Amino acid sequence: MKPQEYQQLVRENQPPRRTWRNVILAFVVGGSFSLIGQIVLDFVSGVERTTDEASAITLAIMILIGAVLTGLGIYDEIAEIGGAGAAVPITGFSNTVTAAAMEFRREGFILGMGAKMFVIAGPVLVYGILSGFLVALIKSVVLGYF
Amino acid sequence: MQYLIAFVVGGLICAAAQLVLEYTKLAPVHVLVGLTVLGAISAGIGIYEPFLQFAGAGALVPVSGFGSSITRGMLSEIKRLGWEGLFTGAFEITGLGLAAAVVFGSLMAIASRPRD
Repeated sequence: MKPQEYQQLVRENQPPRRTWRNVILAFVVGGSFSLIGQIVLDFVSGVERTTDEASAITLAIMILIGAVLTGLGIYDEIAEIGGAGAAVPITGFSNTVTAAAMEFRREGFILGMGAKMFVIAGPVLVYGILSGFLVALIKSVVLGYF
Repeated sequence: MQYLIAFVVGGLICAAAQLVLEYTKLAPVHVLVGLTVLGAISAGIGIYEPFLQFAGAGALVPVSGFGSSITRGMLSEIKRLGWEGLFTGAFEITGLGLAAAVVFGSLMAIASRPRD
């Protein structure tokens, strides 16, 4: 068999790419989490005065939802279907924290759960704070906030 | 109507992230970091605020909204406190959720039976 023929055979027997199916599922699952978030946000906005407070409480409630769904083993199933639709919402952030805590607990509470809880969420925090710090610093200097 | 906008906008951000995952070799955590940084920077430039007004939770719930909350907290704390806000502000809005993630994550880990 020639190399070209072999390549052809490999291509033909590859599982079909399900790109668009995955993208649509990500849209639906991510959209659903946002919809739930909107219901929470509307409810919280009725109680809290400022938008910052309402944002904070909404994020925290979504994080609680993500943690509980992870604890019950449901988030894994959602992530299987939704891909980025489950990872990108803040519930996914919460999922990475809870899942890491659950997984590394058997390595001990200090060096396992404590040390590795933020193994995936950590980079998000670090680079979110660094980039936020940088733009906030530049904006403050340019606009003379200090 | 606000529910539809939240669904569509939040869904589109996730669909875009899925497209990046499908067509590049990036790991999900790279995409999450990228989105967070994008949110944090666009909040500093001032474009995330109107986006939040328009899309509500559709802009807040994706992790880019988390990034924007870091910068929004910093900017409002800078106006209140001065330079200290650059540091304390990071957790002004996100702190509640972060502590919640630690507390609830730990509770779930303790409550669940360890798997091996």
